Amino acid sequence: MNDITPDKRIVFEDVSKFYGEVLGVNRVNLSIPPGITSLVGPNGSGKTTLMNLMTGLVEPTRGHIRVLGLSPRQPEQLFRHVGYCTQYDSFPRGLTGYEFVYSYLRLFGYGPAQARGLAIQAIDRVSLGEAADRPIASYSKGMRQRIKLAQAICHNPTILVLDEPLNGLDPLIRAETIALFRALAEQGLHLIISSHVLHEVDVISDQVVLLSNGYVVAEGEIRGVRDEIQEHPMQILIRCNKPGVLASQVFLQDYVVEARVHHDGMGLLVKTRDADRFYLLLNRIAQNGIDIESVAPADDDVLSVYEYLIGTEEPTK
Amino acid sequence: MSFHGLPWALWRRQTVAVVRLELKKTLFARRGLWIYFLAFAPVLLYAAHSFSMIRTGRRGNFGEDTHIFAAVFQFFYLRLAIFFGCVGVFMNLFRGEVVDKSLHYYFLAPIRREVLLVGKYLSGLLAAAVIFCSSTLIQLVASYWYFDSNVIRDYLSHGNGLGHAAAYVGVTLLACIGYGSIFLAAGVVFRNPLVPTLIVLVWETISGFLPPLLQKCSVIFYLKSLCPVSVPASVALDKGNPLALIAVNVDPASAVTAILGLLILSVAVLALSSRRLRRMEIEYGAE
Repeated sequence: MNDITPDKRIVFEDVSKFYGEVLGVNRVNLSIPPGITSLVGPNGSGKTTLMNLMTGLVEPTRGHIRVLGLSPRQPEQLFRHVGYCTQYDSFPRGLTGYEFVYSYLRLFGYGPAQARGLAIQAIDRVSLGEAADRPIASYSKGMRQRIKLAQAICHNPTILVLDEPLNGLDPLIRAETIALFRALAEQGLHLIISSHVLHEVDVISDQVVLLSNGYVVAEGEIRGVRDEIQEHPMQILIRCNKPGVLASQVFLQDYVVEARVHHDGMGLLVKTRDADRFYLLLNRIAQNGIDIESVAPADDDVLSVYEYLIGTEEPTK
Repeated sequence: MSFHGLPWALWRRQTVAVVRLELKKTLFARRGLWIYFLAFAPVLLYAAHSFSMIRTGRRGNFGEDTHIFAAVFQFFYLRLAIFFGCVGVFMNLFRGEVVDKSLHYYFLAPIRREVLLVGKYLSGLLAAAVIFCSSTLIQLVASYWYFDSNVIRDYLSHGNGLGHAAAYVGVTLLACIGYGSIFLAAGVVFRNPLVPTLIVLVWETISGFLPPLLQKCSVIFYLKSLCPVSVPASVALDKGNPLALIAVNVDPASAVTAILGLLILSVAVLALSSRRLRRMEIEYGAE
């Protein structure tokens, strides 16, 4: 990912934003490559502020932001490439879903026929075709969320910024929407998603940015972030036929902090300060009669990392 | 980029798109009903008067009615109806969207903020012009309705009837242009519409008492200069009374100066507000 040039990244250089005396975000340095990036943090941690900064809805108090090499102060160029589905559950008055998306496309300068085609295409992508001609005021929360998403993707942007995009969606639509995100990411888009639902983030993210009280606590691919947390021993779950025997052998090593037989009796949960040495040890043990079925890190998910880094301020699990 | 290299065609299409979107909201919004009432209240007044004259068979005095129309136009229609009507139409173009939390949709489109401002202003102007200019014309009809058709024909063909009507409609349009620019700017700058409304109201009211140079910084100065019929002293009170200054221009501007002055004032206000709009942030939480 590091070979991606700055004009294909979203770059924050020492960015701070204060609302009067209230801190939005402070000293943020980020370089976000294409793929799905999740901003994770509790309410007030600065997720929406970061999104508003990169889309020019608010200006930084200090620092510089470039989005694909463009300044957010140039909306006439920026929003040819960027779509933003905000958290605001509000719409211009008196419009149907179709009129909402169509009118927005006309603001781009598209002619009626082209705007009509793009609007219908976007509305179909969010499975809202049948309700397109109904007033937005009559939509459910999930439908409003989807029509906002249609509006954000209708001009086929390169960067899609989504603030809590899965809020209010029922499980079926939620799965469809996640599949849509994946498809968009596979097309090479940047997807910046904020969420406080960590298991969702875990499922869809290529990289995460963990935020707390306006500061970026960690960023990168989730496993890489986990590896950098030295003070918390890595948890590894080994599925094997003789967990008791395995426990007695691994306990002899000084870098193994804890070994606990899994509650189903078919595995061993090990906490170690040196994962690399532990994996080498496992290779040797595997040759000595213990049948190891699988080995997997047990705490390199976003929730664990978040708890290690931020502690009690955890978002919704 | 040279003047000729600018994307005028794109800006024109975007302006039209903004006007289309805004016009529907401005003309047909339920919360704007009071503006229609304000605009057409004089029509009701004149219609009631004409109806009563016809019913009682009394003959009116054409000259007196012309002066009454001039007084109502200057005292009520310009200073209150159009003034507050423009507050309702233009202040809501941006401030109303902040209250509704829907302004960000415009800010997330690839449109220059200046183009957005022009589009919004034109939509407000179109709506205000349709409402108030049509009311002015209907007021004239309602006011002279009960007179004999020969008197009306004579007024239109040999008198100043058509000229007066054109001048009143023109002044109405210019009032919408002038007050519109000011209240659009106020909607961009201020969070509470009451503050700028009161400031402008006081300024417009006291402008008659101000030195000539400061008078030129008010909309009403130019509008009064363009009104086709002066308010007679008996209506504007005698000259010894300072309130006469509210209705009478001691040193009126020529028509060309008045029109140009008002247009320049409006363009200057819009230019300043576009600079402010360029830096405007979306912070609905602070509202």
